[in-house]
Amino acid sequence: MTRDDAFLQFLLRMGDNTLVLGHRVSEWCGHAPVLEEDIALANTALDLIGQTQMWLALAGEVQGDGKSADDLAFLRDAWDFRNALLVEVPNGDFGRTLMRQFLFDSWHKLMLERLKGSSDERVAAIAEKAVKEVTYHVERSRDTVIGLGDGTEESHARMQEALDYLWPYVGELFAGDAVDAEMVAADIAPDPASLRADYDAILAEVMAEATLSIPKSGFAHKGGRDGRMHTEHLGHLLTSMQWLQRAYPGARW
Amino acid sequence: MAQPSEQQVWDWLDAVPDPEIPVISVVDLGIVRDVAWEGETLTVTVTPTYSGCPATSIISMDIETALRERGIRDIRIKTRISPAWTTDWLSDKGKMKLEEYGIAPPRPAGGPERCPRCGSKAVEKVSQFGSTPCKAHWRCTDCLEPFDYFKCI
Ligand SMILES: [Zn+2]
Repeated sequence: MTRDDAFLQFLLRMGDNTLVLGHRVSEWCGHAPVLEEDIALANTALDLIGQTQMWLALAGEVQGDGKSADDLAFLRDAWDFRNALLVEVPNGDFGRTLMRQFLFDSWHKLMLERLKGSSDERVAAIAEKAVKEVTYHVERSRDTVIGLGDGTEESHARMQEALDYLWPYVGELFAGDAVDAEMVAADIAPDPASLRADYDAILAEVMAEATLSIPKSGFAHKGGRDGRMHTEHLGHLLTSMQWLQRAYPGARW
Repeated sequence: MAQPSEQQVWDWLDAVPDPEIPVISVVDLGIVRDVAWEGETLTVTVTPTYSGCPATSIISMDIETALRERGIRDIRIKTRISPAWTTDWLSDKGKMKLEEYGIAPPRPAGGPERCPRCGSKAVEKVSQFGSTPCKAHWRCTDCLEPFDYFKCI
């Protein structure tokens, strides 16, 4: 694998994470329990899609085939996506959506903080921009996880269920491979495993406050970051997200 | 036509309203970072507020339209993301106009100083997110009116 191949994979991972999660979160538009939450979810989705435009535009540039961010978002099929499985699982109820958001945001913020120091100044610039938005995302998802976890009997039970369901998808965020090793060697991105200790510390603190127990199992579903085996959910998501380009190839407005 | 000075262009841009908060100009918002002639081409450098802000492309179009109306033909809008936009770049004039309009201006303390309607300091946060990416939703516990707060980033 050349450095540019690895760099492209890395950029797709970043951009596909924000794209797929942005789409998932946007599915709440018009359906959230209260208006303020609806607006917050829509804003979060918007930020994530905005970040996707930056990551995938750079991916297209590095790939060098003249592909735009839109081409990469709408004209690839499931096996070409490089997002972690965590972001493609269905939303479930509001609590599970916000639990997933918190699990992702906490990783995302740590990752972006490190990428601000990337040897590639384009990566550093995107990270510098994105981390400001993500700081707001995690503040809100954290407060919501605590509010619902340490809430009513019903909300507590649902949040524990959400954490138990999502926990096996967390490990993949920290599982490095040859792509990551190449990025570390080039000083472009950190070893994902090196974020784990800080992540665990944040989770321990927040889950304690939320009166939720972190599952003991270290089992991790994998296959999203390397595209080897996505869940069946990604294909369904893409049929909706890419519907227009599939039905009317090349449509523009 | 003689080439207008860069200062003249800045003045013209200061008359281009932000599409979502029309009481302030795109210059007040601090997103116009540079105006420079390169030969016959006028380059305007713009830094977006939030990466997904739908107003960004409208703003670029509005800038181009305004300058075209002033007779400038060859315009290039350059997007620059680093250094990232910060609310520190809002002009003092812009902050004043925001408050008059009913939007509490950003403060490093992380919340509004007072209710933009009645001036009361008894305010509380409703949601970190508001009607546009740059705003949060607050309310005044004295006059009971909800209001937008321009988030500090
Ligand atoms: Zn008031």
